[in-house]
Amino acid sequence: MVAETSKNISVTIRVWRQPAADQPGKFVDYPAKDLNPNMSLLEMLDVVNDQLERIGEDPIAFAHDCREGICGTCSLVIDGKPHGPHHGVASCQTYMRSFEDNSIITIEPFRAKSFPIVKDLISDRSAFDAIQQAGGFISIRTGSAQDANATPIPKDIADLAMDAAQCIGCGACVAACKNASAMLFVSAKVSQLGLLPQGQPERDTRVLNMVAKMDELGFGNCTNQYECSAACPKLISHDFIARMNRDYLAASFRTAFKPKPAASGGGGA
Amino acid sequence: MSLIGNLFFSSIGRKFIMAITGLVLVGFVFGHLVGNLQIFLPPDHINGYAHFLQDLGPALWLVRIVLLVCVALHIWAAVALTLESKAARGPNQYGVHKWLHATWASRAMRWTGVIVFFFILYHLAHFTLGVAGQETFKTQLPEWTMQHDAKELGITLAKKGEVVHDVYSMVFLGFQNPVVSLFYIIATTLLSIHLLHGVESLFQTIGWRNGSWSAFLRKVVTGLCILYFLGNLVIPGAILAGIAKPAEGTAAAKITAGTPVTAPAAHN
Ligand code: HEM
Ligand code: SF4
Ligand code: FES
Repeated sequence: MVAETSKNISVTIRVWRQPAADQPGKFVDYPAKDLNPNMSLLEMLDVVNDQLERIGEDPIAFAHDCREGICGTCSLVIDGKPHGPHHGVASCQTYMRSFEDNSIITIEPFRAKSFPIVKDLISDRSAFDAIQQAGGFISIRTGSAQDANATPIPKDIADLAMDAAQCIGCGACVAACKNASAMLFVSAKVSQLGLLPQGQPERDTRVLNMVAKMDELGFGNCTNQYECSAACPKLISHDFIARMNRDYLAASFRTAFKPKPAASGGGGA
Repeated sequence: MSLIGNLFFSSIGRKFIMAITGLVLVGFVFGHLVGNLQIFLPPDHINGYAHFLQDLGPALWLVRIVLLVCVALHIWAAVALTLESKAARGPNQYGVHKWLHATWASRAMRWTGVIVFFFILYHLAHFTLGVAGQETFKTQLPEWTMQHDAKELGITLAKKGEVVHDVYSMVFLGFQNPVVSLFYIIATTLLSIHLLHGVESLFQTIGWRNGSWSAFLRKVVTGLCILYFLGNLVIPGAILAGIAKPAEGTAAAKITAGTPVTAPAAHN
């Protein structure tokens, strides 16, 4: 990363403008002059929007929330890479000092059939919510908190589950994938629970239902090229995809050959 | 969904089918190469081996059907997955796109696969059915009388004095044609590239790959693909370049020297 610097820079931003989902979009160039290099990319967009509003133009719509790299809302493809030039950094944590003075910065929304564009740089990622609702939870009574050590979990397993739990659901993996596959996201969500004891009762139904939902929503198929993990701001590993493949295949076989309880129509014959 | 539904109609299931059929085909192509390298041994070896395979009868057909089913399923899965993925990408392409991690071999999978498919068709027409390159097809050449017993792994492939097809000469004569040789070389090079991504990829698909041994896996796969490439290069390459010459007394040696050979005896 470029060191903190005080010399102001000017850039041209080439931004995808699309008034609404059902209207065509195009790139429009805007100058962004005399910027403090230590302002973030989103702050730069704020400055440009300020100027656009002052001359009565429609400001550039972009999604953001925490601006500290933890919520996954800032879905921008910057110069051809989701979340911009750095490895493991979200769009909102990208600073103007990372760009050359007088350069052109192309800013586009995340694109995929399952992430339809709402307006300008905002795409609708509610398909991810639907996948989560298909199995990204555990069913337990909440009640009063258990003793912290009631269920021992080996440290390496806990760490691995935490690695998976880093996923902020931003969708950069889908945006980066030539197949618009959601495997990295889904594998992180499946593994985060499937690795832990509390996730075991629903382990098989979880992976089967989440993958079925992912397919149904029209995400593409993984070709093991790992563009996803290279774009992921949380550096989720594609090892979780291999883990999910194994889990899915095992769950398919287990479910097919498992005896069914009499109450559900199975049992003695 | 049912097990069959999961395997044939889910994204991961279809990938699994592609990986398993790919693995079967990989096993076949490596075995096939080792068998073919016998072309550099005296003619008894490859001719005895070919005779043994022909003689397997129903077992040969079983293997052929399994291989054809694997090719069909592999292509079906590849096409179905590719079409879905193209649709999933959506109609609006990025203005700027950067590749971040994908290897060149992985990016060429679809067209290396398609060319390999046409090569398989040609190869079957050439050496199995005798539709292409008919004049040097094994049934058009004088038959070969085994000079010695051909034995491999303790199995007798053909006995001394047995009269068998002269596959040895068919291969030599076929590869003396530069266009044919070049096509074989290009196609097997592309197959090696297909496998450079494919064999590594299948471990990921089945769920047997992870960061702790992926670097080692990559080296093994690269080594195998280089060996596969060289093995396939050397057969047409050495024949075309005249480095490997047909053994004395074979039909290929006579035809190469311009001596007419006796017309083939009537054969089944
Ligand atoms: C006959 C024509 C063929 C076509 C059209 C074809 C096409 C494809 C395609 C599109 C893929 C997926 C690539 C990806 O995931 O990025 C693939 C994977 C693969 N192919 Fe082929 N292929 C063909 C022949 C072969 C042959 C002859 C072999 C083996 C000798 C082979 C071995 C593999 C393997 C091992 C994979 C990896 C499966 C995985 O990703 O898990 N293919 N093929
Ligand atoms: S896996 Fe990474 S890129 Fe994909 S949604 Fe989660 S945080 Fe974003
Ligand atoms: S705005 Fe929350 S991660 Fe960027």
